[in-house]
Amino acid sequence: MNAPLVPSAALVDPLEIAGHAYRSRLLVGTGKYKDFAETRSAVVASGAQIVTVAIRRTNIGQDPSAPSLLDALPPSEFTYLPNTAGCYTAEDAVRTLRLARELLDGHKLVKLEVLGDPHTLFPNVRATLAAAETLVRDGFEVMVYTTDDPIIARELEAIGCVAIMPLASLIGSGMGILNPWNLKLIIDAAKVPVLVDAGVGTASDAAIAMELGCAGVLMNTAIAAAKDPVRMAGAMKLAVEAGREAFLAGRMPRKLYAASPSSPTSGLIG
Amino acid sequence: MAGAPGTAVQLNINGTSRTFDQPVRTVAELVHELALDGKRIAVERNGMIVPRSRYADTPVAAGDSLEIVGAVGGG
Repeated sequence: MNAPLVPSAALVDPLEIAGHAYRSRLLVGTGKYKDFAETRSAVVASGAQIVTVAIRRTNIGQDPSAPSLLDALPPSEFTYLPNTAGCYTAEDAVRTLRLARELLDGHKLVKLEVLGDPHTLFPNVRATLAAAETLVRDGFEVMVYTTDDPIIARELEAIGCVAIMPLASLIGSGMGILNPWNLKLIIDAAKVPVLVDAGVGTASDAAIAMELGCAGVLMNTAIAAAKDPVRMAGAMKLAVEAGREAFLAGRMPRKLYAASPSSPTSGLIG
Repeated sequence: MAGAPGTAVQLNINGTSRTFDQPVRTVAELVHELALDGKRIAVERNGMIVPRSRYADTPVAAGDSLEIVGAVGGG
């Protein structure tokens, strides 16, 4: 399901994924909020156009008029990115996304994650590769959550994934970017967008990811678990924009010594 | 087979066994019975996805396993 989009030529520095252009480089999850009103307020404050959603068994027997996520975030306004969070096998992930495609009227853009361990939520890379192969063959546009291993990232790109999404640190940990060098290797080698997915804790983490050259950042807990989620969503929007601008501006080289003061060395008094 | 009026039909829905006293012959009738008409859902019957356009002509029979899913908040 894709919200109507502005043609890419009309956007300044758009994020392009699978042929679609997006103004925002911040993608957000929709879990862990206290209610749908807060979910919507945070998503709107983040400026995100792509929102992840989970696919779960319908609660049979609940009040049919009870509000739903689809009311809070209408698919006409946002691009839904159904995910496979909670899947521990390639088969479950593929089955979940086939259901998502039916649910969302043939929608092809999906987030694949196959977990390997309920304690750490670390990805199972072998199962992720297997599921990616099946899904790409089946016509899905796969944005794939994975470890920050540059060789695995290369293999996922070769399979045909439309975006590679390495973790910064473990899901929900808020530990920030633990291995910027690996991320840089992945970014330098990839021809598809690389987005940091998982582990961002605060605005500076998002800015660092973007300064490294990430095409975007996907986060949920960093916003939802903040004391003021809506305010943090706004902070993340600014951080992603600032980091992107700094990346495009090209930072000064790091030097052990300055030896080059910012003020003139001549004309001093005395 | 299900369908005869007055015959209870037992179906396994989302991992729970449910018995319907009224006839539930098709996926469309089941969706109606569960008050899910017009809701954005996806249905799998015995492991096979049932497209929305086929609800009315996809039969359900006693003992069938159905998964009915929707989109919820997630990261």
